[in-house]
Amino acid sequence: MTAQVQLVEPHAERVRPTLLDRLRGRDPAFAPWLFLAPFLVLFAVFGVYPIIFSLFMSLHDWDPVRGLGSARFVGLDNYWFVLSDEWFHQSLISTAWLAIASGIPQHLVAIPLACFIDSRLRRTRDLLAALYFLPYVTSTVAIAIMFTALLSRDFGMVNLLLEAVARIPLLGSLLPAGPIDWLNDPDRIRPAVSMVVFWRFVGFNTLLYLAALQGIPRELYEAARLDGASAWQRFWYVTLPMLRPVAFFAVTLSIIGGMQLFEEPFVLSGGRGGPDQAVMTTAIYLYRSAFEFSDFGAASAMSWILVLLMAVLSALVTKWLGNRGER
Amino acid sequence: MTDRSPDLQRQRRSNGLSERLGRGSAWALVGVGAVLMLAPFYLMFVFATHPRTEILQLPPPLFFGDAFFANLEGLTRRIPFWSSLGWSLYVAVISSVLTLLFCSMGGYAFAMFEFAGKRWLFGMVIGVMLVPPFLSMISGFLLIDALGWIDEPRALYLPGAASAFGIFLMRQFIAASVPVQLIEAARLDGCSEWRIFFSVVLPLLGPALGTLGLVSFVASWNNFMGALVVLRSPDRYTLPLALRAIQSPVDTDWGVLMVGASIAVLPLLVLFALFSRQLVAGLTAGAVRG
Repeated sequence: MTAQVQLVEPHAERVRPTLLDRLRGRDPAFAPWLFLAPFLVLFAVFGVYPIIFSLFMSLHDWDPVRGLGSARFVGLDNYWFVLSDEWFHQSLISTAWLAIASGIPQHLVAIPLACFIDSRLRRTRDLLAALYFLPYVTSTVAIAIMFTALLSRDFGMVNLLLEAVARIPLLGSLLPAGPIDWLNDPDRIRPAVSMVVFWRFVGFNTLLYLAALQGIPRELYEAARLDGASAWQRFWYVTLPMLRPVAFFAVTLSIIGGMQLFEEPFVLSGGRGGPDQAVMTTAIYLYRSAFEFSDFGAASAMSWILVLLMAVLSALVTKWLGNRGER
Repeated sequence: MTDRSPDLQRQRRSNGLSERLGRGSAWALVGVGAVLMLAPFYLMFVFATHPRTEILQLPPPLFFGDAFFANLEGLTRRIPFWSSLGWSLYVAVISSVLTLLFCSMGGYAFAMFEFAGKRWLFGMVIGVMLVPPFLSMISGFLLIDALGWIDEPRALYLPGAASAFGIFLMRQFIAASVPVQLIEAARLDGCSEWRIFFSVVLPLLGPALGTLGLVSFVASWNNFMGALVVLRSPDRYTLPLALRAIQSPVDTDWGVLMVGASIAVLPLLVLFALFSRQLVAGLTAGAVRG
């Protein structure tokens, strides 16, 4: 590199480039910093600093009105407070409930759906994938508004559909009598929110699996077919094992996403977490702790506990799904 | 294909009926699924064209009505809708442009140069990318507050412009598709580093810029949590906040609300129809790294 520079500027060895030369891009050794500068400044201020500051806040007690000057180091007090807080426990349960009820069906539906689209519907594959992916691209608030209407007790389409299904003999006895107040009944709002979250992310997972399916060598299927394997056996012994790495990845994403559920339950419950805090996820609770109850220390401690929990869960999934895949 | 064994052919034939049945029912399921995916959007557009009284009727309307403009008028009376639309568009455009510029520059530095601490720095970028956004929600708010940026659009587009995902995406693309010889040749010709970047490298980045631009635009357009934290005055609200403001527990005017929601979703549907391939690639790649 230096040899090339010398060709153009024979004095480059002796004359150190001035600051102006460097800013003008006349010094290849300095150039990377020039290109990185805007990113580095923003990254340091808005990416790294808030993380460090959040750690600081979680270890201090202070009055937001009087400002940082009143901050007092309290060690792990905020953490102990959060860990013994009943609402925090409840928020963890709500989060887990929603994450499991929306997360597991996503994969149970996405895997067969992706396999079917991949094997049978090659020509319409892109169109179908796009259709299923659409909810992921649209604004959560618009979606939540839409579903608030669809889940309304009196005129909601969901209840009307259920009513129609209930007229079929036998099926009717399985359904509760009378319209369901999905969003105002503490027992119903969790399934309702889970359904919306499922609806929103199932297409995303389908796409991940579809992409992986295209990477499975066709010869494997041919070989299985020659060995007399049925379609079901091919799915069970060829497709599923080949999907394991993606499944590991997609499940990890679902766990990470499920642990930080915020927007869907927030908007569907009018910003408070619903009746009896049934859908007050930990992310909503930490938002409320900070912005409603002005307890920044506890809210920060809560976010660090949640991050730790997420890390532990991801590690467990890696141990459970990831290692076996690499064997 | 031609030398298929008779054994296999027999098996094929015997599978015929059950396979056809299976195919039929699976087709039906995929179809029903697709309808369920689309129905809420359709109903949103339908409700946007009906007055409140008709929406509350049983059964609710299933086809387009004629109250769209009346609902739109109701919407503009209730909230400064056009200004919210304008803010959303403004923030999304600036945010995409800045992200493209800063991330292509940064990605270029990481892909094409050797400098002290490069590996360490890149590791840090990846590390911060893995940190969930709620961790810096509160401290981020306090920072914006301390800077005096509450209610300022730049509180929305500047923090996002340092997207670690963007840096990563651009670095991968540049490392894979920009030949080093080209840059060295330009350097030999006496081009300044700026000139090399803007006239030689940037024109080669089309596909990656398209993907990153789309993803940034969509993310900014839909950004709810960020706006919720840093915007206070209704006349500075972006669309997601403005829409939430008219949603009340009792007596919601659904027709009006649906017009707002439809207009908020429409640009995304158009973008998606035009560029679904790039969007899908970008968003799934985003997840791969997120």
